[in-house]
Amino acid sequence: MSNSPSTANPAAVSAGPVATGPVGGSAAKLFLLPAGLLGVAPFLIFAVMFLIAPTLYLVTAAFVDSAGNITIDNILALSDPQIVSAYDISLRISLASAGIGAAIGLAIALAVIRGGLPPQLRAALMTFSGVASNFAGVPLAFAFLATLGRLGLVTIILRTVFGVDLYRSGFNILSFWGLTITYLYFQIPLMIVIIAPAIDGLRREWSEAAATLGAKPWQFWRYVGLPVLWPNLLGTLSLLFANAFGAIATAYALTGSSLNIVPILLYAQIRGDVLHNPGLGAALALGMIVITAFANVIYLVIRTRAERWLK
Amino acid sequence: MKRSRLWAWSLFGIGAAYFLIPLIATFEFSLRMRRGAYSWDAYAAVFADPRFQATFSYSAFIALCTIVVGILLVVPAAYFVRLRLPHLRPIIEFVTLLPLIIPPIILVFGYIRLYNSSSWLPFTGSALATDLLLVFAYATLSLPLMYRAVDTGLRTIDVGTLTEAATILGANQVTILARIILPNILIAVLSGAFLTFAIVMGEFVIASLLSRPAFGPYLQLIGANRAYEPAALAIISFIITWGAMGTIQLLARFAPKTAARID
Amino acid sequence: MAEQFLSIEKIVKSFGGNTVVHGVDLGFGKGEFISLLGPSGCGKTTILRMIAGFERPTAGRIVVEGKDITHLSPNQRKIGMVFQAYALFPNMNVADNIGFGLKVAGIPRDKARARVAEMLALIGLSGFEKRFPFELSGGQQQRVALARALAPRPRMLLLDEPLSALDAKIRVSLREQIRAIQRELGITTIFVTHDQEEALSISDRIVVLNAGKVEQFGTPFEVYNRPASRFVATFVGTLNTLQATVADAAKKTVAIDGQVVTIPALPATARSGETVALTMRPEAIAIANGVPRDIVLDGTVSEVNFLGSVIRLKIDLGANAINLDIFNDQHTPPPAHGTPVRIGIASGDVLVLDG
Ligand SMILES: Nc1ncnc2c1ncn2[C@@H]1O[C@H](COP(=O)(O)OP(=O)(O)O)[C@@H](O)[C@H]1O
Ligand SMILES: [Mg+2]
Repeated sequence: MSNSPSTANPAAVSAGPVATGPVGGSAAKLFLLPAGLLGVAPFLIFAVMFLIAPTLYLVTAAFVDSAGNITIDNILALSDPQIVSAYDISLRISLASAGIGAAIGLAIALAVIRGGLPPQLRAALMTFSGVASNFAGVPLAFAFLATLGRLGLVTIILRTVFGVDLYRSGFNILSFWGLTITYLYFQIPLMIVIIAPAIDGLRREWSEAAATLGAKPWQFWRYVGLPVLWPNLLGTLSLLFANAFGAIATAYALTGSSLNIVPILLYAQIRGDVLHNPGLGAALALGMIVITAFANVIYLVIRTRAERWLK
Repeated sequence: MKRSRLWAWSLFGIGAAYFLIPLIATFEFSLRMRRGAYSWDAYAAVFADPRFQATFSYSAFIALCTIVVGILLVVPAAYFVRLRLPHLRPIIEFVTLLPLIIPPIILVFGYIRLYNSSSWLPFTGSALATDLLLVFAYATLSLPLMYRAVDTGLRTIDVGTLTEAATILGANQVTILARIILPNILIAVLSGAFLTFAIVMGEFVIASLLSRPAFGPYLQLIGANRAYEPAALAIISFIITWGAMGTIQLLARFAPKTAARID
Repeated sequence: MAEQFLSIEKIVKSFGGNTVVHGVDLGFGKGEFISLLGPSGCGKTTILRMIAGFERPTAGRIVVEGKDITHLSPNQRKIGMVFQAYALFPNMNVADNIGFGLKVAGIPRDKARARVAEMLALIGLSGFEKRFPFELSGGQQQRVALARALAPRPRMLLLDEPLSALDAKIRVSLREQIRAIQRELGITTIFVTHDQEEALSISDRIVVLNAGKVEQFGTPFEVYNRPASRFVATFVGTLNTLQATVADAAKKTVAIDGQVVTIPALPATARSGETVALTMRPEAIAIANGVPRDIVLDGTVSEVNFLGSVIRLKIDLGANAINLDIFNDQHTPPPAHGTPVRIGIASGDVLVLDG
């Protein structure tokens, strides 16, 4: 019964004849439409001009050669080893920072919201997460250079106090792990900010009902808590993924163009046309769009399946 | 019960350490400029730099323009969607989510291609037009925040009743929006505005690719050429972000009691 | 009750410095249907949650079948609980909700399925296995919650205002259904409510609570007809009050409106000459025609409330006003507003309550 898209609101469907009420109501308000449309039109025009048209333009440009003919050469050119490795590193950093960030963020949010800690701690955490989730870009790179760079405080303390030489043991802030750790600085708080309302939505009675039915805490989380959070978790995960995948400022400020990730490659291409092919730049962009869109499609599909019980 | 409390405390402790240590380290680093002693030299150098002042005020001005554009776009749209056009809601919400999915670098790449100096709408043709494009680009980035903040604000007031009451008293749509709705959701709008401000101040890639003299590219330039000033700038940026978010928290206290917190 | 199934022994509960349950001492027999009745905030939920194990008593013990369970965690108590807001797991369909307790107990699947079917039949929702909670009405959800609580065969059932989120009609039919199921299973049940009618109609015994203390513990008949305190008398049912003066404390006589009558319930502490409040239920007062009553008063009808089978009249007696109930008679319309009436009260029905 839920395979038709019009059942998005099952409550309206099960309400039977009542469900026709709002339809009649909106028909009666039809004469008021122009004013409403006038209010929404600037927004929609703006969205088309600055959001949709530029994106679609790049999508089509990826299939056009410099003479204006339709081609798939640009797409095929993505198989260049440098580009493939850029996608590879980008994907790995994004997946790692999103996955780890989501896991740690969820754990911290659960600990603070449901772990019986004082409520002031929660307020402090939420404020701080709001700040930290927006503390990205160039300054974040500076902060991590000052922390884990060759002269960073943590590097020095580890070396002088604990005798651990990070850099001699293979660590480098300008590497996969270096960038992932840096990204976690905004990924974890972003997870906390987004998932906290969902955790609030887990009603206390659910865990209490589970307990009276003999469930151990892990059984509550396995069968009720996590399944209920699941759509939100996935949604946040895909958001974190897109967030990391498109991020450039931190990586660029941290590594210059020495770390070969897709946004940096694209940035260099836009600045100086290093790939010597405008169509290839569009193809790079198309690849990024496809990947972030794909992450969100996965989320939407899973969410739709969960919609069976979502109100 | 005690054991789970311990777990919660340790998780919180790990999180707190992860977020505080880089701040402490950065602050410590920013004080190291003078050999052998901690000093504020790095901060003095930053504040004395005319490019700092110029780019900072440029970005602040762009941020203010972005906020105005964002309010003008989002408030009427969110209001009418709530009041008259609920069937447009999915479309509008989808649009407001797009900037979270499409990376800024893609957007600016599209602008450069679509609105270049030889196009029908040559935004990149002159400095002023490019400034305008920068504002629009930032307004696009801030759509998700602005829309969410405003929609949350609208949810807490009874839009329909307020509008009907005002209409009976003879107010027209513009008056209703400007005089009734906006003041009632001012706190929510301001929350979105401060968030926008924080984001615009640090933005790098769009400003850089549009070659505008903004704060973000300046930060990057300093980072590539100096040792201690970047740490000082990171601390300054963090304080700006903190100030913006702190203001939002403070504003939330004044919001209508039913208001859902924006955080 | 010689054989106590559940005893609550001198339970105290404080939140911070705020004591909300003050030394409650109760014992319930096996298979009893007990209501905890009291105004909102009097500590009913807190007591129930201590029995379930969600709150630790600050002092006192809870003993079930001779075993102290005060420090047992909720998931080891084998006590079923039904919540006011249903609290069904939203991600599970009806069958999975009801089968949850069986699943976590490791009951084999086919056995569990049979038990779920049995429970569905018990609550009259066979065929609803695959529905999700949001597809059910409030009353149906609460029945599923009841079945879920009963499926693992708990030794006791706790219900915290399970009906207060429902419509009046469904409330009545569901409470009857709960009572019928409880009788059928013989399960000891504690039912929390702030609705005195609900408590009177379905309980074996009622605990009337006020501000964290037990005011009275007895059958509905006792609680209604012999309220132990003014609080119980006013909280349970409607009460009329007439001011009278004690004429002779030794002879238990009072003067009311010039008549001197003997009030058997007059307490020994009453002194001659002081004012006492005589109280009585509306149904203890009759319009004085026919039945001889020893207190006779004249007044006028000031309000007529037609309640269906019963008609409640408000009578203005000058200094006092009282409510009385007469039965509906389809051939005689009730007295009109302003009609002068004479009312009679049997002195044996009068209660004298202090405090
Ligand atoms: N967790 C708690 N912390 C502090 N006070 C509480 C808590 N739970 C209940 N109370 C207080 O205890 C009193 C009794 O509450 P409760 O048992 O829920 O009353 P009832 O169920 O009879 O309405 C109330 O005054 C309530 O505010
Ligand atoms: Mg209660």
